[in-house]
Amino acid sequence: MQELTHLDQLEAEAIYIIREVAAECENPVMLYSIGKDSSVMLHLALKAFYPEKPPFPFMHIDTTWKFKEMIEFRDRKAKEFGIEMIVHSNEEGIRQGINPFDHGSAYTDIMKTQALKQGLDKYGFTVAFGGGRRDEEKSRAKERIFSFRNKNHAWDPKNQRPEMWKLFNTRINKGESIRVFPLSNWTEKDIWQYIRRENIDIVPLYSAAVRPIVNRDGHIIMVDDERMKLEPGEKIEMKKIRFRTLGCYPLTGGVESDAVTLDEIIEETLGAVSSERTSRVIDQEAAGSMERRKREGYF
Amino acid sequence: MKSLLKFITCGSVDDGKSTLIGHMLYDAKLLFADQERALELDSKLGSRGGKIDYSLLLDGLLAEREQGITIDVAYRYFTTSHRSFIVADTPGHEEYTRNMAVGASFADLAVILVDATKGVITQTKRHARICALMGIKHLVLAVNKMDLVDFDRKKFEAIKEEFFQTTAEFQIQSIQVIPVSATEGDNITTKSPNTPWYEGLALLPYLENVDVHTSNDSKAFMMPVQRVCRPDHTFRGFQGQIEAGKISVGDELTTLPSREKAKVKRILVTDQDRDTAYAGQPVTIQLDREVDVSRGNVLTTDNEIQEADSFASTILWMDDSVLTPGKHYWVKVGTKTLPGTVTAITHKIDINTGNTVPADRIVKNELAKCEFSLSDSIVFDSFEENKSIGGFILIDRVTNMTSACGVIDHALQSSNRFAALDTEITREVRAQQKGQTPLTVWFSGSQSDQSALAKEVEKRLVSSGYHTMLLENSQGESLRRVAEIAKVLNDAGLIALVSYDSSNASDLEAAREIIGKEYIEVNADDASRSSLEEAANAVVKRVVKDVIAQYPNSVSYDI
Repeated sequence: MQELTHLDQLEAEAIYIIREVAAECENPVMLYSIGKDSSVMLHLALKAFYPEKPPFPFMHIDTTWKFKEMIEFRDRKAKEFGIEMIVHSNEEGIRQGINPFDHGSAYTDIMKTQALKQGLDKYGFTVAFGGGRRDEEKSRAKERIFSFRNKNHAWDPKNQRPEMWKLFNTRINKGESIRVFPLSNWTEKDIWQYIRRENIDIVPLYSAAVRPIVNRDGHIIMVDDERMKLEPGEKIEMKKIRFRTLGCYPLTGGVESDAVTLDEIIEETLGAVSSERTSRVIDQEAAGSMERRKREGYF
Repeated sequence: MKSLLKFITCGSVDDGKSTLIGHMLYDAKLLFADQERALELDSKLGSRGGKIDYSLLLDGLLAEREQGITIDVAYRYFTTSHRSFIVADTPGHEEYTRNMAVGASFADLAVILVDATKGVITQTKRHARICALMGIKHLVLAVNKMDLVDFDRKKFEAIKEEFFQTTAEFQIQSIQVIPVSATEGDNITTKSPNTPWYEGLALLPYLENVDVHTSNDSKAFMMPVQRVCRPDHTFRGFQGQIEAGKISVGDELTTLPSREKAKVKRILVTDQDRDTAYAGQPVTIQLDREVDVSRGNVLTTDNEIQEADSFASTILWMDDSVLTPGKHYWVKVGTKTLPGTVTAITHKIDINTGNTVPADRIVKNELAKCEFSLSDSIVFDSFEENKSIGGFILIDRVTNMTSACGVIDHALQSSNRFAALDTEITREVRAQQKGQTPLTVWFSGSQSDQSALAKEVEKRLVSSGYHTMLLENSQGESLRRVAEIAKVLNDAGLIALVSYDSSNASDLEAAREIIGKEYIEVNADDASRSSLEEAANAVVKRVVKDVIAQYPNSVSYDI
């Protein structure tokens, strides 16, 4: 008699999903955002196929505004695990000088959403794994694990395919694609507990350290390089901070914290008074903004 | 470590379903502070005059907010000191039956709501039926709005009795009936002083303690193979999730359908070596000898598990299009996907009452007993015994929509399977006698008259001394049957010409699979660009080229 713990069950579910994709789908890719969820998803992919390497490449959509430590971490991990890591950026956006300071939500669209579509189309990927979780946002809470996208990479929440038992439907017509979310049923707590249980390496930015920051509209923004444009009256301070989510540094708010070790981070997170997306500046728009972006093709 | 309970809530907005879950999370302090703020903010915009509307926590999609109803499954996650929970909140209206089924297929337990002022209604019966069909074994009936009936015990007992009668026909292991008030909070997280006569636990403590762990370990070992792991020539392992029983290094198991015996040499649970692995675990199994096993096959110690290619089943139709017998679908059972046809609709089942209703077509959200057959036999078990190889989905071959889900009731005697008797007079002997290579020419098409072209081709072949037979599909005849007849004709040494009313790539693939390599495909839609004469000549040329290649001295066709 052996009852699996909830982490065992979540792990088994994710591995089952990842293997189904590898077995049934033509040209899958695993999106890798370097964050903690991506680290968990990569770890699961390594476990799912062991002793074989994951039979698909990984892809990072690089906006060119990620924290420096993230990029170092990405390259180090790809080498360590011997996996193929594709890095794609929207070259046209770079040429036009699109940046998070001057272009607001257009920046997210051009450097993230459009770049993702380009990357998928460029390599002809028909299926892309993403680290999205249903506990992150209300519209995501209703999304299927195998989430179908039309030729324009758009999601139609009103016409989702029924998903029964573990019988995932992976069939698509030419030009269409599927996003697969193996971590759909994981919560932020589960992610942290699993990171501890499996001893998964994460980017040091999750851990508190003294870092150069400015305080902007109530958000703690780290000054990660010389491209950071200071507004009148702003001055750089040194504060002990850490990040609960990672993304583009000018758009990612840190929190003041003394949590350095994994246990301290987990203790702080599990007792958190704020669900994690509050620290993502782009989610502070009107309620339902995530659903709108997804309809337009945002991951 | 904590266990995980996956449950579903069924009921309509009017029953206060979203409010119930919202209130449970709120009372149990299971919300993050900013979600709580958002909830209070959202409520101010709502119609309840600033009082917290707990349902806003769960109704996520914009369209739903506009309509004020829950149209799709929303998943919520919470943890108490005892257990982790995933709750699928599903829509209650009949038109969203399929969405409810999605939620139910994922859950171990269902919380069904009824309004105490209305009692068990048609909808309640429908919900119980869908939950049972999808394999849920544990039910909680939450009798809500008890405050509106003054916590009347008699009313409660009457509802309870009726619910037991309603569910008597289903295979349910446990039922708990709880009097609650979702808006006021009675018996949600703590026992209410308003119901001193109720002896059971409040809803949340009940969910924390209920045992839904069906002992799969005592069953025989069974694992559908997801993929074969072959990193190099020294390693070959079978990867999948153990669906029943356990397996240890040294155990002997049987491969299905090849029915070979082999011993377990090594077990990896994910990336760790283990002596024994249990139901629910993802494993890689290495055997001590070479066996013929690929994706869709099954490893087992159960000698009872059978194979068949036609089945009686219960299905829930979920597509906007109508189910008509004879149409081809992809059928996915366990890890196996193959072409299949619904051969007959036995009858419809009234989803509310369970009564049988004669029917020749099934529309969205209807339940029916159907027979279906597959292009090949598969390893299966009844849904009651083994959910993972007893449940299936039907996928539309054009739109790729998941058109239906269903459960296998039992296998059917496949009376329409036949093959030539194996004697010394082989296919080759028969072919020699006629001086031709037997083959099948498959005329497909959807816009043109492939039948006229096939007839024209046959005329020319016969007049040149070939032995042929022309088949045409009548309405609804299964593709598999037509293909099998063609194969028998080939075995008899004949050239079979088939005119079939479809140009669907997967149909053709299925036909090719049955007939084998002596197969020529003619797309009449393409051929119709030239005249019938020219098109027929072109086809005859292809046929003759094949024949001459094998029998250089046979009759040649002079164009």
